[in-house]
Amino acid sequence: MKLSTEQLRKVALLARLRLSPEEESSLAMELDAILGYMDKLNQLNTDDVEPFKHAITAPNPLREDRVTNRPGTESLLANAPDRDGTFFKVPKIIE
Amino acid sequence: MSLAELTLHDAAAKLRNCEFTAMELTEAVFQRIAETEPRVCAYLTLAHDRALKDAARADETRKKLPGNGPLLGIPIAIKDNFLTKDLRTTCASKILGDFIPPYDATAIAKIRSAGAVIIGKTNLDEFAMGSSAENSGFFPTRNPWNLERIPGGSSGGSAAAVSADECTAALGTDTGGSIRQPAACCGIVGLKPTYGRVSRYGVIAFASSMDQVGPLTKDVRDSALLLEAIAGHDPADSTSVNSIVPRYSEMLADDIKQIRIGVPKEYFVSGIAAEVECAVRKAIGELEKQGAVVEEISLPYTEYAVAAYYIIATAEASSNLARYDGMRYGYRANAIDLLETYTQSRAAGFGREVKRRIMLGTYVLSAGYYDAYYLKAQKVRTLIKQDFDEAFKKCDIIITPAAPTTAFRLGEKIQNPLQMYLSDICTIPINLAGLPALSLPCGFDNYGMPIGIQLIGKHFDEPTILRVAHQYEQSTPWHKQKPKLNG
Repeated sequence: MKLSTEQLRKVALLARLRLSPEEESSLAMELDAILGYMDKLNQLNTDDVEPFKHAITAPNPLREDRVTNRPGTESLLANAPDRDGTFFKVPKIIE
Repeated sequence: MSLAELTLHDAAAKLRNCEFTAMELTEAVFQRIAETEPRVCAYLTLAHDRALKDAARADETRKKLPGNGPLLGIPIAIKDNFLTKDLRTTCASKILGDFIPPYDATAIAKIRSAGAVIIGKTNLDEFAMGSSAENSGFFPTRNPWNLERIPGGSSGGSAAAVSADECTAALGTDTGGSIRQPAACCGIVGLKPTYGRVSRYGVIAFASSMDQVGPLTKDVRDSALLLEAIAGHDPADSTSVNSIVPRYSEMLADDIKQIRIGVPKEYFVSGIAAEVECAVRKAIGELEKQGAVVEEISLPYTEYAVAAYYIIATAEASSNLARYDGMRYGYRANAIDLLETYTQSRAAGFGREVKRRIMLGTYVLSAGYYDAYYLKAQKVRTLIKQDFDEAFKKCDIIITPAAPTTAFRLGEKIQNPLQMYLSDICTIPINLAGLPALSLPCGFDNYGMPIGIQLIGKHFDEPTILRVAHQYEQSTPWHKQKPKLNG
């Protein structure tokens, strides 16, 4: 296996995903097959190849640094799972 | 014949001649939806009342200002990963649930200001991750040509809606083939423009270095018209390119004599269905008859594209989808602390394929694996782009199949992610290189399922691929055939 259970759990934590035991075992197998396929890239010598940066070489479009935000506070807050007046209400973040 | 069957350009001409109103056209589309949508399941949200209001407004505008653009009063379906102000947008994910966007994506704002009528939001694979529309967090969409088969993905709802005449035209997005492959599966025209041609502002991000907005339409002229409406620089998307938008629809007429067509041998190998290869070769023969010059070419790094793509796309996705944390919008689980709130919200909100890709992307970017996977893939991406750069020194367009097979059966590949990934083998290299490409119908297999051909152009050379596609389309009967959904 390319990924041990321990590694899989570490990646899940980095990704902020809680996996069920069933998901852990199926993901381990699926990722193993996919990463195995990706090993194909190692057939290529890329020592002298520059990594890709951008598909199109165009000059950076610059614009003035001024506020152009249109949507109002209320419409942004309307989707909040929890709010208090004009604030987003979130779980306690300081221990 | 129902008004819902009309192409965009036919409907526009008839609206201009006052043969019917935008209200009548919109009502005809909703009538068609009432008949076929229970079987096709193309839409996640229908905007019936709002669409009729927009249609009434379009009719008013026409009375006051004759001689307006082709989109005025045209019913358009929108893939549900475009933000639409005040109209529920889910990206087919439970994590967005009943999200109501506070603003329009730029492409939406553009077609709305041109007078288009938004019919509703179409189904997709959750966060545009998939090739069959089966990964929707809500329900799968069916192929109008055979309800047991997938419509392709991820823009499966948009493709099925166009094919079933449940709209006049549609918008989709394409990161690895998500416009072209479903267009091929559903027997319609799908165009992925050059990266940077259309603003991505307000499109829910999947893999930002490859995502691109484009039209799904009943014919090539419609594709040109819709592209004209949405293309152009947008200050809100600094990757959108500031160059003049050609009048694509006025550049279709010229013949294609002496156009040099490259046919890459790597796209005609095992894994490509015999009937697909046969139909594509016949189509190339037809273009040769019309005076095009055909030459076999080689794109030697093709076989590495899928591996490089699924590293780069998942890496970008893992980063883009970090924003779904249940704090400012979307689903939030009730948990004991902040970390648990994050992990449980995301566990409950994301579907299987999205989790799989986030895990993969996080892994290939993680300390110790970055060089082996992500950096390696970006180097291979350079090689793939150079393949195309070399090829385009010798030819004007490149032609390949749009997908290795016709539409497969629901459930056929859903348990095998790697098999599913390989169904994008013909379209992925084009996104890696940022090129424009169009898929259009070129025949049917023995089961009556549509076959698609892909025309790939140089950066910003949409005019040439649209012209060649149009000339082919005018000499063949495929685009006129409709699925038999009655009965």
